[in-house]
Amino acid sequence: MNLLPDLALVLLILTAAIWTVAVRDRRDAVIGFIVVGLLLSLAWMRLNAVDVALTEAAIGGGATGLLLLRACARLVPTQAESVLPRLSMRIMTGLLCSVIAVGLAAIVLTPVEPPATLAAEAAANMGELGLGNPITVVLLAYRALDTLLEKVVLVLALIGVWTLTPDVFWGGAPASLRAQQSSGALTFLAQVLPPVGVVIGVYLIWNGADHPGGTFQGGTVLAAMWLLVMMANLREPPEIRLRTLRLLVVLGPVVFLVAGFAGFWIANGFLSYPPAFAKPIIVIVEAALALSIAVILGMLVAGPAARAPR
Amino acid sequence: MIEFLYVAAALLLLLTGLGLARMMWGPAPADRMMAAQLLGTGGGAIALLIASASGITAIIDIALVLALLAAFAAVALALGEPGTKQPDGQANP
Amino acid sequence: MSLVVDIFTMAAVGAGLFFFLAGTVGLLRFPDTLTRLHALTKADNLGFGFIVLGLLPQSPDVLTGLKLVVVWLLVQLGAATASQLIAQFVRSERRHEPAA
Repeated sequence: MNLLPDLALVLLILTAAIWTVAVRDRRDAVIGFIVVGLLLSLAWMRLNAVDVALTEAAIGGGATGLLLLRACARLVPTQAESVLPRLSMRIMTGLLCSVIAVGLAAIVLTPVEPPATLAAEAAANMGELGLGNPITVVLLAYRALDTLLEKVVLVLALIGVWTLTPDVFWGGAPASLRAQQSSGALTFLAQVLPPVGVVIGVYLIWNGADHPGGTFQGGTVLAAMWLLVMMANLREPPEIRLRTLRLLVVLGPVVFLVAGFAGFWIANGFLSYPPAFAKPIIVIVEAALALSIAVILGMLVAGPAARAPR
Repeated sequence: MIEFLYVAAALLLLLTGLGLARMMWGPAPADRMMAAQLLGTGGGAIALLIASASGITAIIDIALVLALLAAFAAVALALGEPGTKQPDGQANP
Repeated sequence: MSLVVDIFTMAAVGAGLFFFLAGTVGLLRFPDTLTRLHALTKADNLGFGFIVLGLLPQSPDVLTGLKLVVVWLLVQLGAATASQLIAQFVRSERRHEPAA
């Protein structure tokens, strides 16, 4: 009885995903992608992975959908689009994808008994850090190195997007995000929603210590609010040579690194926290990370510079 | 009560799943965006029902994020209307 | 007391489901984009509103109930704006493709 709605959800996800892959028009595919993201968020919720569901809802519905739709708007149909790859190539690609899918299914469906997991030990030591959310504990304490490297990868991704700028525009501002026609409804939304969104973003970051949430979800919500303001033509994207902007972009990883190296003096080693100060340090690092994530995601969607610096 | 809420959530999932048909059919992109909108609101409602049924109040945050970003896709759709020029001079196809 | 509350919840959630059903059927069966948009907003507003109304008495504490109200207000704002924007999009698309 309980299985039925889950089966229905799986069917919906499969249908939406197959349609997204099969449809011809780019914009329709992006809308399908947004729908698949929404359904996946519901699936994560059913699997009791609320943190992942939050991230999927924020990224899939907000940032990535926006990014892809903007990309669709800028693409010009080229000659290459009308030529499909050879049939043999397509068959081989399909076979490779099927092999990977079957392999993954085999791994997931034949669990090792007893399940190989460190969850019990991780949960046992959570109390020392004063945090209640095991996900945050893993992200910012046990596997802090991974999180640090991921944030550095975000910065590198932004630099990668900026390198697409033509030399003559380097340092300028990205293309304006404004919607083509000024709309009273959009302006109203962009004036009313961002304050609420900022509060919700900060709430998600702060709540991530003890309940589902965290820096990435909160940072994405903040970025989405900034993007909304830019889309309603209430603010222009900043020039990428601005020192403040670049400072904000690296603030998160730098603060994280400082906290990590400080571990040599005040605790056991790199990225280790002293037991008394663990929670304040983690909160400061989280705040800096969330700010950086918000700025980086906003600038990622804005894209490379498209105007010469003034 | 709890079973009722779970059944309600399942029914709602079915209904919003039917909206998928409009996404696949709808001749205009606006029709597909409307299906996405229905799924966003329906998904939020499903999350609220399951939060109340299971007692995991953290799920309400999912509905909060979905509600916050509900209008975003619709806004983004308006960004790429055909027949208009982008401010940096490139024409939309 | 608890029985009255439960009956209220079931009635409100049932009404919400009914409006979602109406909205979905409208979205699938109405002949034109703009009429479908009209059906969608019924589901968005009334369906969601009734479900939140039904869940309010079931919340474990006042803070959760407040969160539910905030979610409802955000959905109202977002759905109303989204329907306006979609309608404007449809109108501008029709202006640029009069042959369609």
